[in-house]
Amino acid sequence: MSKYLRWDTAVGILLIAVFLTGSGTTEGFADTGNLSSALNDTAEIALIALPMTLLVVAGQVDLSVASMLGLSSALAGSLWDAGWTFEMIVPVCLLVGVLGGLLNGWLVTRIGLPPLAVTIGTLTLYRGLASVVLGDKAVADFPEAYGKWAASTETVPGTFIPYPIALFIVLAVIAAVLLHSTGFGRSLYAIGAQEDAAHFAGIRVKRIKLALFAVSGLVASFAGIVYTLRYGSARADNGLGLELTVIASVLLGGVDFNGGKGTLGGAVAGVLLIGMLNNVLTLNDISGEIQVIVTGLLLITSVLTPRVVAVLSERRHRRAAAVS
Amino acid sequence: MTRSPVLAVRGLSKSFGAVRALTDVTLELHAGEAHALAGENGAGKSTLIKTLAGVHRPDAGAVRLDGEAADFGGPADARDAGIAVIYQEPTLFPDLSIAENIFMGRQPRRTLRRIDRTAVHDATAALMRRLGVPLDPERPARGLSIADQQIVEIAKALSFDARVLIMDEPTAALTGSETARLFSVVETLRAEGAAVLFISHRLEEIFRLCSKVTTLRDGRWIATDDVAGLTEDALVRRMVGRDLDELYPKQQATLGEVALSVRRLTREGVFRDVSFDVRRGEIVALAGLVGAGRSEVVQAVFGVDRADAGEVHVGGTKLRAASPTAAMDAGVALVPEDRRQRGLVMELSIERNIGLTGLGSLGSGGLIKRALERGRASDWATRLQLKYGKLSDSVEVLSGGNQQKVVLAKWLATEPTVLIVDEPTRGIDVGTKAEVHRLLSSLAAEGLAVLMVSSDLPEVLGMADRVLVMHEGRLAAEIPRAEATEESVMTAATGRNGKEAA
Repeated sequence: MSKYLRWDTAVGILLIAVFLTGSGTTEGFADTGNLSSALNDTAEIALIALPMTLLVVAGQVDLSVASMLGLSSALAGSLWDAGWTFEMIVPVCLLVGVLGGLLNGWLVTRIGLPPLAVTIGTLTLYRGLASVVLGDKAVADFPEAYGKWAASTETVPGTFIPYPIALFIVLAVIAAVLLHSTGFGRSLYAIGAQEDAAHFAGIRVKRIKLALFAVSGLVASFAGIVYTLRYGSARADNGLGLELTVIASVLLGGVDFNGGKGTLGGAVAGVLLIGMLNNVLTLNDISGEIQVIVTGLLLITSVLTPRVVAVLSERRHRRAAAVS
Repeated sequence: MTRSPVLAVRGLSKSFGAVRALTDVTLELHAGEAHALAGENGAGKSTLIKTLAGVHRPDAGAVRLDGEAADFGGPADARDAGIAVIYQEPTLFPDLSIAENIFMGRQPRRTLRRIDRTAVHDATAALMRRLGVPLDPERPARGLSIADQQIVEIAKALSFDARVLIMDEPTAALTGSETARLFSVVETLRAEGAAVLFISHRLEEIFRLCSKVTTLRDGRWIATDDVAGLTEDALVRRMVGRDLDELYPKQQATLGEVALSVRRLTREGVFRDVSFDVRRGEIVALAGLVGAGRSEVVQAVFGVDRADAGEVHVGGTKLRAASPTAAMDAGVALVPEDRRQRGLVMELSIERNIGLTGLGSLGSGGLIKRALERGRASDWATRLQLKYGKLSDSVEVLSGGNQQKVVLAKWLATEPTVLIVDEPTRGIDVGTKAEVHRLLSSLAAEGLAVLMVSSDLPEVLGMADRVLVMHEGRLAAEIPRAEATEESVMTAATGRNGKEAA
């Protein structure tokens, strides 16, 4: 926004401010137990936000991720009901995730449909398939041995970090390196900013988009398994509406919805900020409706602030010019 | 001249931050006069126009219209005062008709505020008659050529009773006959008493159309001359402030083996049966009218477009179809015609743009080393004498000529054996133009095969060892340098030669 303060840095600072305010005002917030559970509550959003950031930087978007999460959850539940072992279920779910992502990517790159339209369609399609697979029942008899890997009470020894978040940290580092330090990452910015110019520079635009959608589907289906284990319940409507929280977090982190701009660190800060705010509000007994409103206002502010700053500095320039 | 000017600019200055775009500029426009504004890119022409159009407010100095001080709060004020600007690329509403575009927002009304379509139609038809251009008022703007869109803009200016018509490089994208038509329209307006301010990089147009020329350099007024007593060399000297080396410094070519060989390349409905060779050390021009299929041919050669039939061989090896990556690996580079959409990613920095063609070679193990990226950029920036602030600046802030150098750098950095350039000097100033020509010539002398698409006839004749002429999707003629004249190329381009008759 201005040359002194980048938006993603501002979100980072805001994150620290919320953390400090939370620890100062809210009893129990800074306890390691609460932090573990607050972090773990954002696990699926955080995981899905990684490929989403890459997609949005490349000027794409995937709205079908929460439905894919639900489909993966429903599939896991129904296969478990049918007596499959978890070692068999996970690869099948992930495969379905990749195929779902490839379908999105195929429709976007081969048929040439806009990603927003394609993934609104598959959002409905995948959620529908989830209901076909599991109906409206819930499967909840998963064994403790698997559930503990996703629980916030089990942490990486010596830290307060639950395993899903530990995995997220590893993946976030990989995604950050990919986006900011490889030719692949440079290509994403070029595609997002000016697809034609990227194509003319010999960048394999279609192949890259296809890969992004496939990875998005893969991660969403994996998040479905995490979700299922974390709540110990497989349902077709798991994670309903989660895609909007993911996209809100990524945009809040300063990734431009028009593509070509943004950092992975900013997106991660956006995820943590929304997660932490929700946790603080919950601890203060503020209802879920209000939390949604707060998230919405924050998002609007994040989109609005750079504009306001731009307008103000333009005015200042004009006034300075008029004086001189 | 004793008459008082319609538009008088005195002591005009304008800065953007620390950059002084205009310093103490003076300009007088008289009724019935076509006045050229000359200067290199970055000389301040655009800023001056935008100030006259009410887009910028001057920091100092005055604009007087008919002797009265004019202070424009915005473009609408300038328009209402009778100043109309025709930009290089008109902005019409594509889904509205010509008539609707002209009267947008101020349609004549009937009772109940209904739009009086008959009146709109008749008024538009009258404007077209006045301009002597038979365009149907009901035609939608979509699908109009750029030339026709400009006519619509001019008609719109007329409907506002514009007394000052400013034209910013209107001919950059026009063919020869379209330019001639535009000039006759301008001539009509001038004869009716309008004052015309005309900007063009093509000097011959200034000499053809205008009676006076004002030259700007580095934001300052340099001279206002009568065109009649001026030579092209003298004008160029005023623009660049020094003697210019020859504009077309073609070196003698030593031809090597065939580097690029195109065989019976066809894309249905666009071009057909195109075959030619380009040898190492040779500059081959692909000439023809706009729409003859030249850009489409080179895009198919490079693989950004798919060809339906035919083959492309580079250095004796057949290229995989429709793959820019394969073409790049084989040593082909394409500098596309549309710099802003296809040549560059405007939001990205100079170094990132130059690095974009070498993402695999800028480090090890897939990771990019920023030092290598910057080194590649700074080497080429130096070699091409790029004028820039920092390599991390976005290419948006560069002038057109320097942007084109970035595109050239980005492609030369791939060390190609075949360089295809599509309109390499369109819209760039004479100084940079000469530099680009010198560069192409010396690259060819080093053994590069150069294929150059150009609509600039002097450039084609000045630079090419051989001229291929396309007409309506086919190769109509192949003319060696010695026989290439304006006439022989245009005859082939317009399909008037014998071969095409069959």
